Amino acid sequence: MPISMQLPDYLVDRDPNRCITCKVCVNQCANDVHHWDKDVDSVIAEEEKCVNCHRCVIYCPTHALKIRRNPTEYKENHYWNSSTIRGIDRQAEGGGVLLTGMGTDKPIPIYWDRLFLNASQVTNPSIDPLREPMEIRTYLGSKPDNVIIKDGKLIKELPPQLVLDAPIMFGALSFGAISLSAVKSLAKAATDCGVMWNTGEGGLHRDVYEYGKNCIVQVASGRFGVDAEYLNAGSAIEIKIGQGAKPGIGGHLPGEKVGEEVSKTRMIPVGSDAISPAPHHDIYSIEDLRQLIYALKEATRYTKPVSVKVSAVHNVAAIASGIVRAGADIVAIDGVRGGTGAAPLRTRDSVGIPAELALAAVDSRLRQEGIRNQASLVIAGGIRNSSDIVKAIALGADACYIGTAALITMGCRMCQTCYTGKCNWGICTQDPKLVKRLNPEIGAQRLTNLIHAWSHEIKELLGGMGINALESLRGNRLMLRGVGLSETEYRILGILPAGE
Amino acid sequence: MLREGEIRIPSGCAISGIVNKQGVRFSGRDVIKSIALMHDRSNGLGGGFAAYGIYPEYAEHYAFHMYYDDITIKDYTEEFLSSRFNIAESHEIPTKKVASIKNSPIVWRYFVKPKSEFIDEDCGCDEFVMKIVMMINAKFDGAFVASSGKNMGAFKGVGYPEEIGEFFRLDEYKGYIWTSHGRFPTNTPGWWGGAHPFTLLDWSIVHNGEISSYGANKRYLEMFGYQLSLQTDTEAITYAFDLLVRKHGLDIETACSVLAPPFWRNMERMEPAKKEMYTALRAVYGNLLLNGPFSIILGTSKGIVALNDRIKLRPLVAATKGDNLYVSSEESAIREICPSPDNVWTPKGGEPVIGMLEKEETRDAYQYATA
Repeated sequence: MPISMQLPDYLVDRDPNRCITCKVCVNQCANDVHHWDKDVDSVIAEEEKCVNCHRCVIYCPTHALKIRRNPTEYKENHYWNSSTIRGIDRQAEGGGVLLTGMGTDKPIPIYWDRLFLNASQVTNPSIDPLREPMEIRTYLGSKPDNVIIKDGKLIKELPPQLVLDAPIMFGALSFGAISLSAVKSLAKAATDCGVMWNTGEGGLHRDVYEYGKNCIVQVASGRFGVDAEYLNAGSAIEIKIGQGAKPGIGGHLPGEKVGEEVSKTRMIPVGSDAISPAPHHDIYSIEDLRQLIYALKEATRYTKPVSVKVSAVHNVAAIASGIVRAGADIVAIDGVRGGTGAAPLRTRDSVGIPAELALAAVDSRLRQEGIRNQASLVIAGGIRNSSDIVKAIALGADACYIGTAALITMGCRMCQTCYTGKCNWGICTQDPKLVKRLNPEIGAQRLTNLIHAWSHEIKELLGGMGINALESLRGNRLMLRGVGLSETEYRILGILPAGE
Repeated sequence: MLREGEIRIPSGCAISGIVNKQGVRFSGRDVIKSIALMHDRSNGLGGGFAAYGIYPEYAEHYAFHMYYDDITIKDYTEEFLSSRFNIAESHEIPTKKVASIKNSPIVWRYFVKPKSEFIDEDCGCDEFVMKIVMMINAKFDGAFVASSGKNMGAFKGVGYPEEIGEFFRLDEYKGYIWTSHGRFPTNTPGWWGGAHPFTLLDWSIVHNGEISSYGANKRYLEMFGYQLSLQTDTEAITYAFDLLVRKHGLDIETACSVLAPPFWRNMERMEPAKKEMYTALRAVYGNLLLNGPFSIILGTSKGIVALNDRIKLRPLVAATKGDNLYVSSEESAIREICPSPDNVWTPKGGEPVIGMLEKEETRDAYQYATA
């Protein structure tokens, strides 16, 4: 047997007529793909190490580089395809769990693309957002059944609410998994845009306490970085039960990533593995969740909404109902396409259900039980663009988390090797040399641009439907029609087929 | 082809309403004349009226206006009604032959009070009547409750409004509030129950517009036990008022600010207490916001409210003359019956025009004239 059966996934094409041997690629590649061979004064590539992250391609001043998929074909086989064979090869050689990063790349049905939005024609006018007010402000938190007013004054004030200028939030991305530069970019952008960012389970670094007003602090099973000051530093607290990319399992931040700053922020020794248990060991049942929710509310004197994030699993509607009845102010549902810094491949690709179906099922269930107003519903897991958001809101979401889209905004090329810690874009790494590559000011500016662009698009889509306030779209499934779905899917989504 | 109620049908319309704030009761002739002027705003597929103060002799009874498709469902429904109510009086609603009005249902009127065994602390008379009305409209195929309030009634059907008015002989009734509606549905086989006004208990709504928030409004109202069986905007608006005012105890003006709330940017400029109140209302009742174009006239026994959407996408004009308040889709329709009003204005989007009675007793116009 050869030492390895694995072929390089990618080939590096270097155009010798264009290459000026400037060695930018050599310096840029943290995966050590490019080497300068001084004997022949040319740059050669160790293609086995290439992850197709585009760092060298984009930085090459003469556009001499192209990365392409290795064209070598296995014998054609629909069932035993190349990724299956390569997976077995990796395990035969390494004997370990297959690791991956980002959300699943499998062709799971994309319901967003089967849903179509309405627009006004003749019987009512569409509204032009450039000429008329168009409102997308969103309040997240528990709403009472009714408002009591006496003599023009509110008698009982609302439970604590998060106010969002757009129905978009940055999803949980922990410091440790991502770099401090990336955390700062997200925190600053959320603050500038009047939306929220989320600490993930990595604690709150001292440098970003100033962005606490726009921060949701997370409490996960490892309780990293959690103390009274942390809980009170944000505007909301999120209990993380599960994550769309890896429902049912915990997290593992390898000790190599736990340097001085991560150590201080997570409150663990330098170099120790940060392992989040699969369950919270104080939550073995729904009544235990209630205790944690109220412990957190007590710790923050009932001034902050508490969110509970779960991954979308088979029984998600009943689980969400239990979460609302346990006292959560926000329920966040993370679908099967949710991203991650590291997850076992088989878990990522085959556990959980799509966010669209989970969202529709949860919204319907909470309405049937008459408790939909008691908690806001946030959906996550593969939101790609503004029309996904608009469709999610029409299905019943109050707001959306975006994670992967935010990472792409900061430069991520979706190479899915976040777990190696060698992110060439300075996002998913703790290597100081790489972290420096992401300038938080520029990162924040790009994220701000994205939120602004999507906000404009949401307003255009709303106006087209003859709606000038986002709350009129929330749960308004009459604004959706589907194409090419089964009877059962129409029923679960609660929408009509196009033409009806 | 699906009947209205089984499918959602957008429509354009004309509306007109009159209230005498002193409670003086006058004939339906004026309101017919007013709505007739706007003939071209309807297409003959729906017209109707709501009148308040028309049954002073049965002022304490719920007046049920019933439409039946045939005698079998009438017998069946009457048996049900008499099991739940004490019926003081029941008779056919008097009508007149009008050439263009065809296929009219059997129209019957009952003055009833709920039997005492059905009424308790949890379910007062109004609540009970509401449940019965919803049950009949949702489940009794071929029977429809056109109105169910006290000392009021809805008269509606398929035809131009002036023809419906003639058919129901409305010039022979006297009320202190009249509202009317002419309809221009875009697609309908025409169904008497689907015409406006839509009513529930004391509420009646005539409405011009198409609510783009209907799906959100409907699903919110369903959470509070309302069954939106007709799939019309008007039904949703009526239930929204019922929930906000009757069940949640808001005053009419505040309820209007839920349906057509101030813009967030305007709230920013309010004084803190006011801002807090409007913010809470919008955060809690955001799903009841009526979006898209509408002008409505809400009728209650205590007065009327006319309201436009927030950016005034449908016409609405108001005028006063003495104790009378007029609201209509067009100024011409007001001047048709009140040539020289004291005051005429175009209300701003989202700004309600409220005309409440100034006293409790009502009286007939001729008594007023001779006094």
